[in-house]
Amino acid sequence: MNISNQEYGELTKKRSPNSKMYKTLPKAFLIGGTICTLGEGLLNLYAYLGLKEEHAAALTSMSLIFLSALLTGFEIYDRIAQHGGAGTLVPITGFANAVVSPAIDFKSEGYILGLGAKMFVIAGPVIVYGVSASVIYGIIYYIIGLF
Amino acid sequence: MDVFMEYVWAFVIGGLFCVVGQVLIDLTKLTPARILVSYVVAGVILGAVGVYQPLIDFAGGGATVPLTGFGSLLAKGVKEAVDKDGLIGAFTGGLTSAAAGITAAVFFGLIAGLCFKSGSKINEK
Amino acid sequence: MEYCAGKTFRYDHASVQTYASVVGKAENEGPYGGGFDEVIDDNKGGADTWEQAESLFQKKAVGHVLQKARLSPDKIDLIFAGDLLNQCVSSSYGLKDYYIPFLGIYGACSTFAEGLLLAAAMVNAGYADRAIAVTSSHFSSAERQFRFPLNYGGIRPPTAQWTATASGAVLVSETGKPPFIRAATAGKIEDMGVNDQNNMGAAMAGAAYDTLKRHFTHMGSHPQDYDLIITGDLGLVGSDLLHDLFARDGIAIESRHKDCGLMLFDRSTQDVHAGGSGCGCSASMMCGHFLKRIESGELKRVLFCATGALMSTTVIQQGGTIPGIAHAVELTSY
Repeated sequence: MNISNQEYGELTKKRSPNSKMYKTLPKAFLIGGTICTLGEGLLNLYAYLGLKEEHAAALTSMSLIFLSALLTGFEIYDRIAQHGGAGTLVPITGFANAVVSPAIDFKSEGYILGLGAKMFVIAGPVIVYGVSASVIYGIIYYIIGLF
Repeated sequence: MDVFMEYVWAFVIGGLFCVVGQVLIDLTKLTPARILVSYVVAGVILGAVGVYQPLIDFAGGGATVPLTGFGSLLAKGVKEAVDKDGLIGAFTGGLTSAAAGITAAVFFGLIAGLCFKSGSKINEK
Repeated sequence: MEYCAGKTFRYDHASVQTYASVVGKAENEGPYGGGFDEVIDDNKGGADTWEQAESLFQKKAVGHVLQKARLSPDKIDLIFAGDLLNQCVSSSYGLKDYYIPFLGIYGACSTFAEGLLLAAAMVNAGYADRAIAVTSSHFSSAERQFRFPLNYGGIRPPTAQWTATASGAVLVSETGKPPFIRAATAGKIEDMGVNDQNNMGAAMAGAAYDTLKRHFTHMGSHPQDYDLIITGDLGLVGSDLLHDLFARDGIAIESRHKDCGLMLFDRSTQDVHAGGSGCGCSASMMCGHFLKRIESGELKRVLFCATGALMSTTVIQQGGTIPGIAHAVELTSY
């Protein structure tokens, strides 16, 4: 080839269109904001029904996850995500979508090694690093408490 | 604070969390999985240093629904468990506080997996 | 290291006898819809899994070719087949019931040209009287293997391409009628250092440039001598880069160049970002559109150059790059 990889890389950069951020950012804001507002509404609803604050919060998460699972199953969540981008990725519903979609898709490889094993293929790292970070925080918090 | 403003702030703060994620996607080569991991770890750290709880008090669902809220919940659970049980709490607190969310995801994931077929994703006009 | 110019094979006794294509719903809704032999509207055709569905596409494509030629499978000496899935399962499972001597090939999305090159060579050399080349790709099976589960709300950057759900097959023999397969140049592996798996066009454009250039040199031809130069699935980014690379040599190919990835779908109404891709993309465009035009004499001299990104998700995760490859096949109506 009569072109260096570096030079080619620069050409590639020039020719590769960037995301239209004037479109993606407002969409992420609107769709993400809507999901959070729905969460706020559910939280208030459960509090209004007399649940303890902690339980209302837990039930809100569970409701959003249930909704996301349902929309994922009906192939609606991924369609919303085409527009929502990070607006559908960052909320807890995105986490649920990441758990539910491989469960559905890999069922064809069996209930144990397919559905069961592949369920956390995308969302697993979230739990691994989230829990590990919290353990480290707990140890530091404990040591600081000793003094 | 009247109820209307509560919803406005949930919308705005939640929306902004998503905008930050979208900026990361558009400008860096961070994959969605990396962004999710970063959000949870950031939530643990923000929860640990004590800035996330005030945000939750202010924006409600706008702060609890994004995955940073999940991270802060882990931190909160660990802190309470360490206060109560000592060092062992560092290992029991996180998943205890996040139990409802994780269990719901696993269980609903299983049910959805049993009920639904994978989508054809036919590219529609 | 010395630059290896390789060889361009010349064929005098190879023609495309019949050809057929089978596509999914979105492909048939594209600008060239209606030209394909069969459309499977639900992309699944009654199969249980997406892998089986892709096998079915390939089986049907070969079935149509045999039917059009009024031949039974035992009259075929050799079949070259390939696809994108691990162990090329769409080919092996799709074609097993024909009991035709089978040579599996892999060149990612360049496989259709590779098969055409090999089938023509075998027929031209007299080893085979009739040889079939067939490839397929399926959006759903490729997505599961290379990217995310189907119901996952993944985000595609604008440079990403959409795997075509399609299969195309040709039967090569010495008919003395057009489309004639006149020459072919095998591609070299060109690693341009691209490591973005959402930018396959960029990974392949360098390989297409090198193969085309060597083909022109060996044939003593110039881009303007061809009615069309058809690339496989460079898409928007790869096509632009190919034009850039030729422009550096002072050669403008834009007016002759068509890319199957930019033709199979309507990018303005179908959400395919930088265009279509996959082994089935160029196979279905050739078998559903271009070969007809060469057969009728409307296109007299065409250079078909299918491009492939030799990507492995494992190597990408290990920090590797995506090498590209491209094979060129020259077809004429005279």
